[in-house]
Amino acid sequence: MMLTRFLLEKIDRTGWIFLVLLALAAVMVPVLNLAVPPGSPFHVSNTAVSLWGKYMTYALLALAVDLVWGYCGILSLGHGAFFALGGYAMGMYLMRQIGPRGVYSHPILPDFMVFLNWKELPLTWWGFSSFPYALFMVALVPGLLAFVFGWFAFRSRVTGVYLSIITQALTYALMLAFFRNDMGFGGNNGLTDFKDILGFNIQSQTTRAVLFSLSVVALMIGYLLARAIVTSKAGKILIAVRDAEARTRFLGYRVEHFKLFVWTVSAVMAGIAGALYVPQVGIINPSEFSPANSIETIVWVAVGGRGTLVGAALGAGIVNFAKSWFTGAFPQGWLFALGGLFIVVTLFLPKGILGTFTDWWKRRGETREPPAGKAVGQPAE
Amino acid sequence: MLIDPMDTQLPAEPVKAIERPQIVTQSLLYLDGVSVSFDGFRAINNLSLIIAPGEMRAIIGPNGAGKTTMMDIITGKTKPDTGDVIFAGEVDLTRLDETAIANLGIGCKFQKPTVFESHTVEDNVDMAVKADRTVFGTLFQRRSAEIARRVDEILGIVRLGDHRKRLAGDLSHGQKQWLEIGMLLAQDPKLLLVDEPAAGMTDVETAATADLLKDIAKTHSVVVVEHDMGFIRELGVKVTCLHEGSVLAEGSLDQVSSDERVIEVYLGR
Repeated sequence: MMLTRFLLEKIDRTGWIFLVLLALAAVMVPVLNLAVPPGSPFHVSNTAVSLWGKYMTYALLALAVDLVWGYCGILSLGHGAFFALGGYAMGMYLMRQIGPRGVYSHPILPDFMVFLNWKELPLTWWGFSSFPYALFMVALVPGLLAFVFGWFAFRSRVTGVYLSIITQALTYALMLAFFRNDMGFGGNNGLTDFKDILGFNIQSQTTRAVLFSLSVVALMIGYLLARAIVTSKAGKILIAVRDAEARTRFLGYRVEHFKLFVWTVSAVMAGIAGALYVPQVGIINPSEFSPANSIETIVWVAVGGRGTLVGAALGAGIVNFAKSWFTGAFPQGWLFALGGLFIVVTLFLPKGILGTFTDWWKRRGETREPPAGKAVGQPAE
Repeated sequence: MLIDPMDTQLPAEPVKAIERPQIVTQSLLYLDGVSVSFDGFRAINNLSLIIAPGEMRAIIGPNGAGKTTMMDIITGKTKPDTGDVIFAGEVDLTRLDETAIANLGIGCKFQKPTVFESHTVEDNVDMAVKADRTVFGTLFQRRSAEIARRVDEILGIVRLGDHRKRLAGDLSHGQKQWLEIGMLLAQDPKLLLVDEPAAGMTDVETAATADLLKDIAKTHSVVVVEHDMGFIRELGVKVTCLHEGSVLAEGSLDQVSSDERVIEVYLGR
């Protein structure tokens, strides 16, 4: 009942197109991959399923970033950290699933621990043989870190570029920490050689197709949740904080609570994206914490259209598609192309692709049928 | 609830009732011996000021007299180095932050009009109307008939009813000032602090703003900081002239403007 009302009232046309396309992809891609023979022009290749699945998790990460940056003005240059932490939690579950099938055939300890001559499982790894526990940690670890970090940062009124810098420092510090072998998360090599998930072979095409669909569903749920937040009254307060933080305070709103809420929700979304990413790419290592990753995410959101949600997901898809193509065609040129793209978007499309398109569509509608009555003489925007 | 612990700091602790003389408990706002320095510059110097409940007061003074700093101290933006700032006879404002002070019933409008430009006029007022202001409260809050009525009423008072669906950013300067006054009213504060409401307005708008403030003053206490002497004459209220961070003269506009020292530092001969 509430859901239907929400869907009818709060999802705009762009949102509906987005959701319908995603639902189609969630159903059609696995069908075209598994049921259509490889020779057919309609066949979707195995590589494409993995690649697109990865893009879906990136899109969810971009959505999370857009929620804090686009709607609350918090420019996070460290969201990759939450993504990677979610990924590590899932990776730890997958490592424990390997069991005695590892190179050293140890019944409990993952290979890298045996290699480091460890005798027992560290406390941090306890419980990760259970899938529900791992899922819980996927949400809890990024959420808790974000909560504690945000608690101190927002209460001390760290804003703007200073906040961006400490988020960057956060992900960098985590990268250095995870590189260390004695942290107990596989050091440099990270976690890999996964065998199965919930008893299903992780290499099998069916599992991969299901993971793809799950990623799409997660993106859809993430979108609905984000949309519910930004269209609520709390969402209006978030925009108010973005545009005039002091004014919001003087209206009697506790700005730091609103920031903390949206920041934590966003971190959990990023963690879930990371957890879906890891089984599809088959590895998680400390380079996922690298500051460059988080910055790239900002580029996706800026390209797609900040503060539009759908645009953020779109940007993640477009930029990564370009990246895949570019790194194949001109391996040396990608970073230049990415930098160039960012400059072009900032200078000529400040509202991103989706924002610019929406404006153009509106203007086109207005010139074709002039608005009636009192709307005449008012600015177009 | 997720974010409760911080709320525990919220409730304003009543200052112990003992050593408060009658003059404190009967005033709405009581400033005594307040001083604040920025990098050695004394912006406010042993300032004392009393606003009675229901009173409207105009504050004048040359640039740098400390008018805006005084507002900042009352709203919690700046903490004084020494002195008492007591609201409603019992609440020590120096120990609270902006949000807590706003929720006590002190609303303020700054010199530069600040409205939420990417929200509609209606939403701007809606956010200001007294209602649940917690994260989870606003997350699930739907606009009640009562709030909608209040929004209509406010839009009527500030004459922006025809512009309710426009973005606040598209309003003219004067309209933004009015919208901000409307938002202030929507908070239903006990005390309104209004910094230069007539700045940048045409003569007609200025006169209308004076009428609006006089109207508001019938039911609220108001402190107006203003440069425009014509505007203050229009208001016809008690005037306080600040100079170098403390009170130079206080009284009716005629008294103050005939004061030798006021003429010296502010009005010019």
